[in-house]
Amino acid sequence: MRAEETGGGARKPDAAVVRDALGVGVAVGLSGFAFGVTSAGSGLTVLQTCALSLLVFTGASQFALVGALAGGGNPFTAAAGAFFLGVRNAFYGLRLSQLLALPRAVRPFAAHWVIDETAAVSLAQPTRRSARIGFTVTGLTLYVLWNLTTLLGALGAEALGDTDAWGIDAAGPAVFLALLAPMLKSTTERAVAGIAVVLGLGLLPVLPAGVPVLVAALAAPAVLWAEGHKRGDRRASRRASQGGEHR
Amino acid sequence: MNFWMAIGVTAVGCYAVKLIGLLVPAGALERPVVQRLSALLPVALLAALTAQQTFADGRVLVLDAKAAGVAAAAVALVLRAPFLVVVGAAVVVTAGVRALAG
Repeated sequence: MRAEETGGGARKPDAAVVRDALGVGVAVGLSGFAFGVTSAGSGLTVLQTCALSLLVFTGASQFALVGALAGGGNPFTAAAGAFFLGVRNAFYGLRLSQLLALPRAVRPFAAHWVIDETAAVSLAQPTRRSARIGFTVTGLTLYVLWNLTTLLGALGAEALGDTDAWGIDAAGPAVFLALLAPMLKSTTERAVAGIAVVLGLGLLPVLPAGVPVLVAALAAPAVLWAEGHKRGDRRASRRASQGGEHR
Repeated sequence: MNFWMAIGVTAVGCYAVKLIGLLVPAGALERPVVQRLSALLPVALLAALTAQQTFADGRVLVLDAKAAGVAAAAVALVLRAPFLVVVGAAVVVTAGVRALAG
């Protein structure tokens, strides 16, 4: 172990990759319990709750769908919000497909495991071999544990009685916050988040359930557009003032 | 039946975007605007959802124990706590505040 560590960063022992992957897989996998309880507490059956974890398998989308349905949202508006949250997985897949170089026949199966956590672990690896190990171990642990704990949570929801008394309703927003925090890198991201919060809360009392979130999503293209506009202005003024500051 | 429809649409949609990422040739989704938007869209959605689930009860805005729980989660995040601890902090603090408030 120590010998390999001093061997430089180019290679990473398989055991270390497995350990990293297990750490992420177990920690996040166990929070399926919170999802199970939340979902069952929102009025979904045990079967519906488990179907979500088995078939959707992307936590934020699941929490969003369940939250929107519990809030009395139209099923399609609810699904649209969950779907938009899942769109980011396409971009993980894009980067992973080059990194993992999976055989075409394997891709439809591997696709189901393309989520925040598997992408994060795989993209952090130095070699293709360790990326593949990281992806497989994270995906497998997370999938098995997430589904197992979802079932336990859904079954346990009834035993817990008033799930609000246990504070389980805070798990959803905490999960969102944990996913959001590392994304708030620059002013652009913070501006998008700030506007989205204002729209999401401000429109909540006046628009049908589920719709405010979709409107809040417009904060992204709006800020992007404003940013491009500002950059365009700056370029124009630089051109106008000839020989101003150099880039 | 309505819930099943929502589950079906979500499952198919979410699987489709995952598969598209793995199958589509690299160039197609690599336009800078598309990449930027895909990075910012989750930020907007997660921020709106976090705020709503923290401060909303149905369509009414409320300030209750959940806000304290989510604040605890935020503190845990600043302290770089692991994922499970962040979620656990939110749950425990919310339950604690409710228990104290009776």
